[in-house]
Amino acid sequence: MNPRARWHPWAMLGPTLALLVTFFVLPIGVAAVGSLYSWDLLTPPRFVGTGNYRALAAHGELLHVGLRTLGYSALVVTGTMTIGLGLALLLDRPGRFFGFVRASVFSAYVVSWVAVALLWMWMLDGNSGVVGKLLRVLGAPAVSLLGDPGWALPALAIVGVWKLTGYSMIVFLAGLQGVPRALLEAAALDGAGAWNRFRHVTMPLLAPTAAFVATTSLVTSFQAFDVVRIMTQGGPARATELFVYAIYEQIFLDLSVGKASALTVAFFVLLLAVAGLQLRVWRARGEAR
Amino acid sequence: MKESRARYLMSMGLACAAAAAWLIPYAWMVVTSFKTLPEIVADPTAPLPKHLDGGAYREVFATIPVARYMGITIFMAVAIAALQIGLALPAGYALAKLRFAGKRFAFGVVLACLLVPAQATFVPVFLLFAKTHVVNTMTALVLPFAASALGTFLVRQALMSVPDEIIEAARMDGAGELTIVYRVLAPMLKPTLVSLFLVSFVFHYNDYFWPLVMTTDDSVRTLPLGVALLREQGTGVRWHIVMAGNVVLSLPVLALFALAQKHLVRAVGARS
Repeated sequence: MNPRARWHPWAMLGPTLALLVTFFVLPIGVAAVGSLYSWDLLTPPRFVGTGNYRALAAHGELLHVGLRTLGYSALVVTGTMTIGLGLALLLDRPGRFFGFVRASVFSAYVVSWVAVALLWMWMLDGNSGVVGKLLRVLGAPAVSLLGDPGWALPALAIVGVWKLTGYSMIVFLAGLQGVPRALLEAAALDGAGAWNRFRHVTMPLLAPTAAFVATTSLVTSFQAFDVVRIMTQGGPARATELFVYAIYEQIFLDLSVGKASALTVAFFVLLLAVAGLQLRVWRARGEAR
Repeated sequence: MKESRARYLMSMGLACAAAAAWLIPYAWMVVTSFKTLPEIVADPTAPLPKHLDGGAYREVFATIPVARYMGITIFMAVAIAALQIGLALPAGYALAKLRFAGKRFAFGVVLACLLVPAQATFVPVFLLFAKTHVVNTMTALVLPFAASALGTFLVRQALMSVPDEIIEAARMDGAGELTIVYRVLAPMLKPTLVSLFLVSFVFHYNDYFWPLVMTTDDSVRTLPLGVALLREQGTGVRWHIVMAGNVVLSLPVLALFALAQKHLVRAVGARS
């Protein structure tokens, strides 16, 4: 349709575009420029070229932060997808009881990360936590999960899985509605057992949904910050220092704007890579439809 | 397909286990919040408090100004959700229905912003706000989220399926463009807008990251920050108080979830 006046479309888009450009487009450019300076917020900025990037790369900090973030994300994505799919298959039934269980699992996705992080911190507490007590009763060695450099990151991932499984379950449930009953019944008539029906009918039809859950959960877990800030502050021995927390630390604890900006740029590049992956997956999905 | 009784019972058992895995932690939070400090010190994993003690809740209200933080949080979340919808409607209308040069570019900007989370922009935005003395104000909490790329995109998608004839008829009747957007089209998009509002409200009510980096003092502190501070304050961690704070923080969203479960679930499920 033609607008009534030529300026109408831009007046309607104006506020949205201005806000989006100011707070989401320009900041990336500002960070890219800022990453070339050394600035402590007090003395004037000093141009250092690629110095910030080299400093971050030299100590292996950038690589380690990146790998840690990928490791956390890999655990969260595989965990939420496996459990989410399992729960979707299990709970895709009529009846109030199954509806109640679906709501219980999904509720964790709705509750604040702060509440979830504090709750799990209490349950994982080395001395008085219920999880530790349970492990001791089962005869496992007494370790404080959050205080152990080897266990802290997987422990945070477990919390992430608990929080986010409801999301993947709901999306898988929506995907299951697209699997025709008739197809499953035909397969059953042909003598296919439950596993074969899942393997050869449900799974191929669910593949696009799985790809969607995988990429969106990956982006979500890349942005993890609250669990780290509340539960471990990046410790012990930096074992849980994930990307966003590393940026936060650089600017607010070390007052190093240049390095924080350089990390921001690196984080953005990582997000772009995931977005590229996402785009390919969605395209493939569009063709499959 | 008829399920065998054994298989049905097995599903029931597994579903019970799932419910336990998600409900027992909540129960533990509530149980702990009704204990007293001596009880927790004596036996931290006792399954039930000796008697219901509201001391932890009184302590929460005495330590942090719960009502003020809650008021700030709800005001912020409502302001963001309302602004997002108010701005997404005309923007989505222009992108879905109007023909003009530069439309592809404008839509491209919106799509690109879908990829950029606040975590990738907070350093420059914080510096900008610090320079302009906006840190520690409601503006710093609300303005960056006043326009939502996702909201604009979803409103545009919803408007694509509204027939042009409705708009043409409204124009014939002499309705202005803004009347058409807010009075004619908005009511037709009600389910989309309700979902958008709820998802946005819940997200920003819960948000910890942005208020944390944009506030350095108490002036516009939100409830999630206040509850997280309960753990950092004082000597020794008093978990019954922290859990009481957790209950206070979670109850409003859980109540909203119970009331509007269909909308929230659909918003998440339909986006795929």
